[in-house]
Amino acid sequence: MIAQKFEYTAPKSLDEALHLLASGAKPLAGGMSLIPMMKLRLASPEHLVDLRTIQDLNFIREAGGQLHIGATASHYEIESSALLRQKCPLLTETAAAIGDVQVRNMGTIGGSVAHADPAADYPAALQALEAKFVLKGAKSERTVSAADFFVDAFATALEPGEILSEVIVPIDDARTGTSYQKMVQPASGFAIVGLAARVRVNAGKVSFVRIGVTGLSNHAYRASGAEKTFEGKTSSPANIQAAAALVAQGVDANSDLHASADFRRHLAVVHAARALKTALSRIA
Amino acid sequence: MATTTTKVETFVGKRIRRREDPRLITGTATYVEDIQMPGMHYAVILRSPHAAARIRSIDTKKAESAPGVVCVLLGKETKGVGAVPCGVAMPDLRVPQHTILATDRVYFVGHPVAVVVARDGYLARDAADLIEVDYEVLPAVADPEKALAKGAPAVHPQWPDNIAFTYHQDGGNVDKAFAEADVVVKQRIVSQRLVPMAMETRGVVAEWRNADRQLNLYTSTQIPHLVRTIVAGMLGLEENRTRVIAPEVGGGFGSKLNVYAEEALMGYVSMKIQKPVKWIESRRENFTCTIHGRGHVDFYEIAAKRDGTILGIKLKLIQDVGAYHQLLTPLIPQLSVLMMPGIYNTQNIRADIVGVFTNCVPTDAYRGAGRPEATHGIERMVDMLAAELKMDPAEIRFKNFVAKDKFPYATATGLTYDSGDYAAPLKKALDLVGYAKLRQEQADLRKQGKYMGIGISTYGEICAIGPSPATPAGGWESATVKIEPSGKVTILTGACPHGQGEETTFAQIAADELGVALDDIVVLRGDTAVVQYGIGTFGSRATAVGGTALYYALQDLKAKIKKFGAMLLESEDVTLAGGQVVDNKTGKSKPFQEIAGATYRALKLPPNTEPGLMATRFWEPPNFTFPFGAHIVVTDIDGETGQIRIRRYVAVDDCGNILNPLIVDGQIHGGVAQGLGQALWEQAVYDDNGQLVTGELTDYALPRAHLMPWIESHHTCTPSPVNPLGVKGVGEAGTIGCSPAVVNSVVDALSPLGVRHIDMPLTPEKIWKLLATKNRDVGSRGATK
Repeated sequence: MIAQKFEYTAPKSLDEALHLLASGAKPLAGGMSLIPMMKLRLASPEHLVDLRTIQDLNFIREAGGQLHIGATASHYEIESSALLRQKCPLLTETAAAIGDVQVRNMGTIGGSVAHADPAADYPAALQALEAKFVLKGAKSERTVSAADFFVDAFATALEPGEILSEVIVPIDDARTGTSYQKMVQPASGFAIVGLAARVRVNAGKVSFVRIGVTGLSNHAYRASGAEKTFEGKTSSPANIQAAAALVAQGVDANSDLHASADFRRHLAVVHAARALKTALSRIA
Repeated sequence: MATTTTKVETFVGKRIRRREDPRLITGTATYVEDIQMPGMHYAVILRSPHAAARIRSIDTKKAESAPGVVCVLLGKETKGVGAVPCGVAMPDLRVPQHTILATDRVYFVGHPVAVVVARDGYLARDAADLIEVDYEVLPAVADPEKALAKGAPAVHPQWPDNIAFTYHQDGGNVDKAFAEADVVVKQRIVSQRLVPMAMETRGVVAEWRNADRQLNLYTSTQIPHLVRTIVAGMLGLEENRTRVIAPEVGGGFGSKLNVYAEEALMGYVSMKIQKPVKWIESRRENFTCTIHGRGHVDFYEIAAKRDGTILGIKLKLIQDVGAYHQLLTPLIPQLSVLMMPGIYNTQNIRADIVGVFTNCVPTDAYRGAGRPEATHGIERMVDMLAAELKMDPAEIRFKNFVAKDKFPYATATGLTYDSGDYAAPLKKALDLVGYAKLRQEQADLRKQGKYMGIGISTYGEICAIGPSPATPAGGWESATVKIEPSGKVTILTGACPHGQGEETTFAQIAADELGVALDDIVVLRGDTAVVQYGIGTFGSRATAVGGTALYYALQDLKAKIKKFGAMLLESEDVTLAGGQVVDNKTGKSKPFQEIAGATYRALKLPPNTEPGLMATRFWEPPNFTFPFGAHIVVTDIDGETGQIRIRRYVAVDDCGNILNPLIVDGQIHGGVAQGLGQALWEQAVYDDNGQLVTGELTDYALPRAHLMPWIESHHTCTPSPVNPLGVKGVGEAGTIGCSPAVVNSVVDALSPLGVRHIDMPLTPEKIWKLLATKNRDVGSRGATK
């Protein structure tokens, strides 16, 4: 398992990295997907720019009433962040469900999100959180919503030369209940399906609901039909079930050795109901 | 000079930590990959991407002129090297010529086509991409049942029926048994292909020393002496100038009980380039080129009386051979036939094996080698019979066990079970798990629409392989014990243990026999220039056969020590105990170490006695040993997702006397892990084109530590009369006992839906489909007469 020859640069600054990327280099973060692909020679970049040495990309902080997570924050750093645990528990719960401890030590949120594996865990949570992604190029900076970022399997709104530098998520106070529920693919640790739910209840009615779905189709999405159905209703088991039943509606479901399209759709519904139920139970 | 310490403390039977572990845990052990030599070159093998193709041409020019490349070798240049051998002789065995590199045709994905040698491994790998092979892709067949169908592509054109061998065995009168039966239950049972997946892939370093006409071959193998004999033969070298070294071996599980093309190929390369050469198998190659295990489609029929008495068993066994026979390929399903009656008292069996060529990597021995398949078959059939007769699965087993006063017991398949008390572990396991209470709980849960299952497997297996006439290459084992002048002890075992803990257990045996400390004993293995000829470690044999050779070598030395002790004490009546030779009359004693020194100093010798303390024994076992046990698995099934949760795993294993309970626990745990792997997750899936779909660890679901249940490991002890240690073997028991217990448990859970059989692996989707459709007709129905 030997990769093809490649150049490797570990820049100290983001500007230096963006300059290299503008000339066609490929960014390397945790390497959890890129390195195996290179070893199998399915990917053969000529030049890798290692983002992990750039201090400016590694942070988790609160600013302006939002939470900012640098691209190279590892899954473990997110999982164990006291700030996130208190103010965005959905993200810590999701990070803890990724792969295994070795993967969580190496893998980064930026790498995972930019790679856009259709079975990755974060995208479900980030859709439910209506996260924003800061994309930087050598001469540009823009912010893209989760809804616009995930385009297709392994395809995002990132333009050549751009990197994802930062993920921005809202602060969820104690009145918001969240949950990530996942069916694990036993070999890879990826999600066969992963369902993220955020809910609020006001005066006995569901006042706010966001549902993110990963694993089911070519990219993570928000199940807006299910959300609309649930909003304004009571959180009865029947209403949960009725909303969950819609999460896979109209979706061209993935099918592979580990789960057929029908089974995936069914699992999405089951895990949506579980995520909603658990999220509701967590409202303080 | 350091003196040895003598202790009265005994070691056999104690939970002693493995002496080999510090180097393994601290990462200081030396594996093949760790070996470096001056001038060493590196080989990369180009392999076929097609399951079946004719090679029209190969252009190596670009690769040969790539940086650092020394040579590129093709099959036409290695034609003089002997074929990769099949070690099994059978009357109608078809053995295709298995050259070390493909010549005009490839037969499976991963078939070696060319070898590139360069001054470093990176350059060799890059150059391999520059070789241009023009393939004419041919139709392939990857499924053994499809390969048997009329009009299937012929794997080997000379044998259009794809039949590699057939084997028939009859015992008793099976026709009469079936004619007299009240009930006959039939089922097709698949034991899927598995990838053995040693953590260390294979690897070879070959070092040809021209001046000495000597080949040193470092290879990750379970059988260094057999590799030496065979590779020397393949390369036309002298056996005494071929040295095979198995350094640390990072797992084998049968996959390294073999002789592979690469072992001879690297020898050839080193001779050609006159430099040492290293080849390390990639994980991808390990998936596609190292043998697979299992690969059965079995058609069982079991005949019984209405009271549950089993009268006879029929088995039609389709063995997926793959494209070639490796060392023991055709033998493995025969082991299944030998064990097909399990531990039940039935004297009427009929078995027909058909071995089938497919365009896949060959199958061969994988932990349990034929016995997990047989146990899975009989244990599933007994459960189905119990269901058909509405009997409790424990009760039907008690009814049919070979009674404990019937040993030695001659089976219908020609074996003689050495000793057994089959009811004992089942009774113990039922008590431990709280069987009656669990059945009550199950009934309550069923009323709530919940699925909980209790699965029993009572297995027997065949170990301590084995008497030489019953094995392809000699079934004895050897041991040399050297006691140095200082009294320090060196054991050379021919068994080549490689992770099974004999560096500890053999030292325990010797320490107790000689009365010395464990630290005074070194166990050496794995180097044909150091250790006398030996067979190797497989078939749970190293301790039962190799340990017995050690035991007898120790008896020889004890007799000699006593002779010298008696001479020094001027006594005729002495005892060797606690590291002392004691005059039984006067109580005077001489320490063991002083006597050891005297045997080498040789100032005075007892009559007809030579100086020195060294003994070698080759022990031929008179029989196999037959461990047994009962595993009970309690499962809860998620009715929405089909996920199976193992609530309890109770294993009661009887492996005879236990030398080190800690090591036995470890063997059971590891064995159960691999059994669970087959039952729940693992499957080597080839598509119709012969591509291995589960060819990466992201798709091949290997059992992980965090997926393991707590294993409640217990024992009964029925010593074996076959060897003086009373041991039976435990390396494969966990795997053999496990899978039917899991499947029986899940089928039990789903039995209210009419489910009677599910093939492995028990994926959530399979379970969900059964739950969703409440399928009442899974597989073929049992026919009640």
